[in-house]
Amino acid sequence: MANITRSPWLLHYDGSSCNGCDIEVLACLTPVYDAERFGIINTGDPMQADIFLITGGVNEQNMPVVKQLYEQMPEPKVVVAVGVCACTGGVFKDCYNIIGGADVAIPVDIYVPGCAARPQAIIDGIVKAVALFQERAQKSEKEVDKVG
Amino acid sequence: MGKRSVIPFGPQHPVLPEPIHLDLVVEDEKIVEAIPSIGFVHRGLESLIDKRDFNQLTYVVERTCGICSFQHGMGYCECVEHIFDVEVPRRARFLRTIWAELSRMHSHLLWAGLLADAFGYENLFYQCWRIREKVLDLHELTAGGRVIFSVNKVGGVIKDIDEDKLKVILDTIKDIEKELKVISKTFFKDYSVQSRLKGVGILTPEQINALGAVGPMARASGVSNDMRSLGYAAYDEIDFEPVVSNDCDCYARCYVRIMEIFQSIDIIRQAIDKIPKEDELAAVIKGNPNGEYFMRLEQPRGEAFYYVKANGKPNLQRMRVRTPTFANVPALCEMLKNTEVADVGILVVTIDPCISCTER
Ligand code: SF4
Repeated sequence: MANITRSPWLLHYDGSSCNGCDIEVLACLTPVYDAERFGIINTGDPMQADIFLITGGVNEQNMPVVKQLYEQMPEPKVVVAVGVCACTGGVFKDCYNIIGGADVAIPVDIYVPGCAARPQAIIDGIVKAVALFQERAQKSEKEVDKVG
Repeated sequence: MGKRSVIPFGPQHPVLPEPIHLDLVVEDEKIVEAIPSIGFVHRGLESLIDKRDFNQLTYVVERTCGICSFQHGMGYCECVEHIFDVEVPRRARFLRTIWAELSRMHSHLLWAGLLADAFGYENLFYQCWRIREKVLDLHELTAGGRVIFSVNKVGGVIKDIDEDKLKVILDTIKDIEKELKVISKTFFKDYSVQSRLKGVGILTPEQINALGAVGPMARASGVSNDMRSLGYAAYDEIDFEPVVSNDCDCYARCYVRIMEIFQSIDIIRQAIDKIPKEDELAAVIKGNPNGEYFMRLEQPRGEAFYYVKANGKPNLQRMRVRTPTFANVPALCEMLKNTEVADVGILVVTIDPCISCTER
């Protein structure tokens, strides 16, 4: 049986965010907003994570880190870009050290707008990510069945 | 004598909300040396002076750091106001003080939560963040945003806090004070908390002065420096004493920050008491700035410098920020020497690192 019975685990990495989105992501996991009620657990380990939440844009130095974290995650996986910085580069787009949003390094599935993104919006993004994750897990399960 | 080896710490690490990388040289579980490497969050924010004019820059500066966003905006605006030599209306100065202290409360509560998380006390972490949400609700009520609320502008503030809202603030901080008293007991008296914090990461006042540490780090080692006593915004009309402890360890840093939340509550009460009833919200600004100014202010993490230089054009010539974490990193590296690997997480958290400020 594939992953669908499992709760998706979440990995959060701060690209070059200003912290605004970062602490809002953390706030989502604490009692008032409580994203954990959707069966999500925040983990620090990419090898156990299914959903990758990234805040902030990508620069020269963190590009390899972001890519490596993404590659270490097992399939299927979903990437959520939180905040306009992670979507496009945001206010820092014109800075010399920002290459762009998270999608210049890794494929992004869900974009959560806002500066800072509100917890409600982040939770909305996470819920969408969970659905997408289930869908992908089911698909890969079918493929496994076909081969097997 | 064991063999030396190097353990990498970060940039992505469970106790770290932000990327900083340390190479820890260890010998038998004891740290011999810590070598920091930074640059993961560098954006090049100061270079935006070429592309944004001095008014637009307020919004960029606020995004130096999402936690002390308001105070960054305030530091920048006061600098430019001094160059223009305009007097900020008294009500605006008091409003700035109120917002600045609210953001100090939210920052310190956030830190207390992260500390609790670092020593594995999940419940306490949640309690701190639950209380913090009340402060964020006040931000939202008064300014419309939760963490980045852009109410500063060169000359004053954009929004007013009316009487009803001031009353809500007073009621809410009363609640917060009550709940904080309960959790502060755990921080100060709990056996397991003390065993993780007491006597760990000692920094003597001499080391603090030599390494130039600032803010709660310095105050926890008996060095009483608090830039608020310089009297920017409306602090000159407010009566307060810096919170100082002489224990020099992690426990002292925790004590200082938690007592500062109570102090902020007191400052907000004084400010609401003294705030003038009817006043303008902002002074009129004409033309472009010409000249330079340098200002120091006390952010939740310590002293920050702002330097602005302008030559009569809409775009500034230079804008420079030095943030408190930058001043505290040498102290952190000194503190890490001769400690256990297991304490690294806590030690890093007790300087309250804000990497995105540091690297901008
Ligand atoms: S989107 Fe705004 S709040 Fe979020 S990291 Fe970027 S600048 Fe900060």
